Amino acid sequence: MKKRMLLTAFIGLMLVMTPGIGHGMHIMEGFLPLTHALAWGAISLPFLVAGVISLNKAMKKDANAKLYLGLAGGFVFVLSALKIPSVTGSCSHPTGVGLSAIMFGPLATTVIGTVVLLFQAVLLAHGGLTTLGANMFSMAIAGPFVSYGVFKAMDRLGVKKSYSVFLAASLGNLCTYVVTAFQLAFAFPDGTGGFVGALTKFMSIFAVTQIPLAIIEGILTAVIYGMILEYGFTRDHTSLTEVI
Amino acid sequence: MKNQGRKNAYLMLLILLIAVIPILMNNGAEFEGADGEAEEAVLEMNPGYEPWAAPLWEPPSGEIESLLFSVQVAMGAGAMGYVLGIMRERKKLASNR
Repeated sequence: MKKRMLLTAFIGLMLVMTPGIGHGMHIMEGFLPLTHALAWGAISLPFLVAGVISLNKAMKKDANAKLYLGLAGGFVFVLSALKIPSVTGSCSHPTGVGLSAIMFGPLATTVIGTVVLLFQAVLLAHGGLTTLGANMFSMAIAGPFVSYGVFKAMDRLGVKKSYSVFLAASLGNLCTYVVTAFQLAFAFPDGTGGFVGALTKFMSIFAVTQIPLAIIEGILTAVIYGMILEYGFTRDHTSLTEVI
Repeated sequence: MKNQGRKNAYLMLLILLIAVIPILMNNGAEFEGADGEAEEAVLEMNPGYEPWAAPLWEPPSGEIESLLFSVQVAMGAGAMGYVLGIMRERKKLASNR
């Protein structure tokens, strides 16, 4: 009961902290200085390599892994294409990476997220190739790691699965945007307010719009996770999470 | 299980509400949704900044952009439906055995 109250309070808080401005998602092409673009690429690349290795291992180990991967990947494809109106009068979209982080661990999710980011950068002029490293870090690394960590912690505390999944997915989603705000503030500190000033500004653009979408993402992820549990998905099936 | 289905239906309704209420609330808002706002903020704070790269290719029109987004959703939804269908049938077969 206490947990349910906590959850209700959390959703309430999220809903109350609303109006503001803006929309956001990936950092646009050319909108990070070259040094930053390269640095984020260098940070993200090892995660991608580790992700590919862990995915390969898992596929060899378990014939079902591919199937589940299709499901988790499909989920990211669907969610990251849905631009949903938000309270601030603009649109943004969920990320969908929470489900795969919970099912397969964060590293495998880096691979899935990168595929989607590439698709959107090349075909939709959404995000960009020069900013791919930075966007990978926010959506395909930071978000999934937070989702995975939250899920693990909640699970250990004995919180009901659907609640853990909800929290994991919504916090992972919010984290993606918070990281994006940090990335932009690092690159473009405000002339007067400096880093903090710029951070506040980018936060107000990203975070607020994102809150209702984080709730939507949390609910959707919990529903799908509930379905696959019902259909017999168990995490030892895939043994993917062992390799993270 | 039936219970679960009903619960899911309510949850979907809730999602619908969260998505629709903003439209009713912000009558006349643009719902632009370009990642443009952050872009604008960057340019506002750093008037001298020149984006040094441009997308290799941009969808020539809003229609084509939405086409590509739909393709993305269709691929994802197809994959999800396919896998969920397989899982469901597998479970059914296993319990009938």
